[in-house]
Amino acid sequence: MASLTANNQILNNNESKDDDSFKQYISFNIDKEIYAVEITMVREIKGWIPTTSLPNSPDYMRGVINLRGVIVPVFDLRTRFRHGKTTPGKTHVVIIVSLDERTIGILVDAVSDILTIAEDEILSVPDKDVNPEYVFMEGLVSVDKKMVAILKPRLLFNMDDVPETDVNAA
Amino acid sequence: MSDSMEQFKVIFFEECSELLVSLEEGLMLLQSGDNDEETMHAVFRSVHSIKGGAGAFGFDDLVSFAHIQETMLDEMRSGTLAIETKYIDVLLKAYDILVELVGMAQRGEDVDPDYGADVARAMKDIMNESDQPTSEIETKSEKKVKKVASGKTTHIFKISFKPYVELYQRANEPILLMRELQNLGELTVEIDTSALPDIEVMDAEHAYFNWDLWLISDVGENEIQEVFEFVEDDCDLNIIDLGVYLSPDDFVEDDQAGLFDVQDNSASDVKATKTVEKEKIPSTPQKKPKAEETVVSQSIRVELDKVDKLVNMVGELVITQAMLREQGGQLLVEQYPNLVQGIEELSRHIRELQESVMAIRAQPVKSVFSRMPRLVRELTSSLGKKARLVMTGEETEVDKTVTERIGDPLMHMIRNSVDHGLEMPDVRKANGKTEEGIIHLSAFHRGGRIFIEIEDDGAGINRDVVLQKAIENGVVTAEANLSDDEINNLIFMPGFSTAKEVTNVSGRGVGMDVVRKNIQSLGGRISISSTQGKGSKFSMSLPLTLAVMDGMVVDIGQEKFVLPLANIIQTLRPANRDVNMLPDGRSVMMFRDQYISLVPLYEIFGVKDAVHNPCEGLVVVVEGDGGVLMGFIVDDLVNQQQVVIKSLESNYELVEGISGATILGNGRVSLIVDIATVQTMMTNKHFVSENNGQNLSKNSDKSLPQAQLSMEIH
Repeated sequence: MASLTANNQILNNNESKDDDSFKQYISFNIDKEIYAVEITMVREIKGWIPTTSLPNSPDYMRGVINLRGVIVPVFDLRTRFRHGKTTPGKTHVVIIVSLDERTIGILVDAVSDILTIAEDEILSVPDKDVNPEYVFMEGLVSVDKKMVAILKPRLLFNMDDVPETDVNAA
Repeated sequence: MSDSMEQFKVIFFEECSELLVSLEEGLMLLQSGDNDEETMHAVFRSVHSIKGGAGAFGFDDLVSFAHIQETMLDEMRSGTLAIETKYIDVLLKAYDILVELVGMAQRGEDVDPDYGADVARAMKDIMNESDQPTSEIETKSEKKVKKVASGKTTHIFKISFKPYVELYQRANEPILLMRELQNLGELTVEIDTSALPDIEVMDAEHAYFNWDLWLISDVGENEIQEVFEFVEDDCDLNIIDLGVYLSPDDFVEDDQAGLFDVQDNSASDVKATKTVEKEKIPSTPQKKPKAEETVVSQSIRVELDKVDKLVNMVGELVITQAMLREQGGQLLVEQYPNLVQGIEELSRHIRELQESVMAIRAQPVKSVFSRMPRLVRELTSSLGKKARLVMTGEETEVDKTVTERIGDPLMHMIRNSVDHGLEMPDVRKANGKTEEGIIHLSAFHRGGRIFIEIEDDGAGINRDVVLQKAIENGVVTAEANLSDDEINNLIFMPGFSTAKEVTNVSGRGVGMDVVRKNIQSLGGRISISSTQGKGSKFSMSLPLTLAVMDGMVVDIGQEKFVLPLANIIQTLRPANRDVNMLPDGRSVMMFRDQYISLVPLYEIFGVKDAVHNPCEGLVVVVEGDGGVLMGFIVDDLVNQQQVVIKSLESNYELVEGISGATILGNGRVSLIVDIATVQTMMTNKHFVSENNGQNLSKNSDKSLPQAQLSMEIH
């Protein structure tokens, strides 16, 4: 984890020098599917720790964890994609993502890579307009002949519905 | 630069809100007939400072409006305009507009050019009426004449002024400061250029000059300090009162007289001599350097963020300490005496540290109270009533987490008192009362809580009307025999309003129930007492902070929940015969000669593997809304401890029945039960179950559908 964070740092530094049309993504997998989120959103990657479940919450909401004194909700991406519930073990990781003023955790099987992707490499999702469910997908990209779906975590867990609250209260 | 500009803006608006508070206070004092000179000055200074700051940031609308207000105040201050109530009323209106203008400037909104024009007009009219010169310069010169003529003692001040480079960066000009000083009296200026390097190495943007200024004036040291108000952080400033000034004739030594031969050219420009003269202080008979008084004031301005961080960090410390205690409790004292003792000491110190840190963030309730006079003014003028708001205990301190959230309920209650409590002036007169009603808002500390009371001398609660209404609404049955107190408290029931007509002030049925809900969500309580014809008194008690709470940690299945200790009455394991089932499936338990509902928390929170039978687990008897007792079924008690309250909403959303979360000694998150909403959840559940004829209280691991649990939102 430490090395990865350090890596991020270097990559982030490089990014600023790079052409603006390139962006970096962290890719991770659930079963054989590969997904990615923009690296600038990722705060850290944490091994799975048991959560405290919240009553009356959606099934993909795994509960909350204590991230250095801040209560952070953890979402199960597998459940969100309707592939059942993850049974987390030692290899599972939680990607801690910053969405503006909120911090959330996404439970995935494993982190796989850091990708540098040019904007024009990102292909559109077929039938995106037809199926409103697909709004959380920014686009698709082919890396080493494998498809990677780029996600927009904000839309994935409906964080826009969350009412405005006092940030200091945390 | 733009960043630091933004930063100054933030500071400016912070100062504005403080200045506005003192402005309003001053105006209220003046209105009550307290024509103290100091108050008048304070009022003037507030407007002046706002205008000054606004000018620096280019808020022109604000400046031009404040200017008119300032001019009027200046006339009052100098005595050319009488301090009359009708004028103060206009100034209060102007204050309201000033508040709005500051707000608009802060939000970056455009100001309608006509905004406040009528009040500005009114102020100008008053000034023209008084038939006196209105221009600032004229009043100032007038003042000076007055000063020379007045028999006040004149002092000599030595002002050492060393600007930092920041002073120039913030576009302040020493010459302007000196001109201002000149307005206060006779000024002699000396510049020290010794720090000026050769021109080759000189940095044009550096500050090289120091000044020694001698001022002969009858003003106090504070007024001199005020001249430097906007730059005091950006310079070395030392003001020394050298004592009473004797006119040059009194000086025997020639050179001293020469230095102060200013009487003849009193209106001259600032004199700058380019020589450095060391310690050329005239010795006067009563030389009294006031070193102590020039020391910086004993408070500092700190960003709230920094304090919040500190509070959070101490919160973490409390958690770590709880963990250490938990672990340390298993150690044998004989084996590790020092370690165990150390942990004990640590606990004590942390508790003390926490109290000190919380004290930093404590604010006087004044910050909330100060909004109320304006509210009363607006209400009385729109309702045609007369009322005076008396406030006591404004200095009572409470954590800012509380002050932030009592504003709305308090405003609602004041509104209620003015609208429903106070009678119209003619009615009051007929009843032998003064036309002007009095509303007394007070705050005080008692038993680790803060009490806030709102008392009016109005009509009081008409219990017949309230009872009638309650029967109409089906809140109580016609046969019910209620005590006076019980009837009074009916006004806290949802949808209850006794106003005969809906005014635009209150009476829409969204009333005291919401107030009570808000207060309860803060862990507070509210009650009312009332005497018909004499008035009513609302009194509420609130915790001093929302950051920490004493809680009881309980086990329910695999999860740990925290119950607020303040609500817990007793914990017991009932005998089988004490637990009974109602026909609708609810369980009740005999407790202190009454049947109380048993609340299956495991079901409400959908916890698996929990103890369902209260006779095998424990029942925690808690007091809910309106003093209703309930028995929460839990597996076991873990311990009683202080918990740091954390928000679920900051990263997720509000969870029904849960008021927040905390971190226990083992690092795990635990949820804090919100007793009031659990109570509502239970009530609604029964409502549903009665209507559908379904028995929802049967054990089921599935959580109840959201719709059935959602509480009524008003």
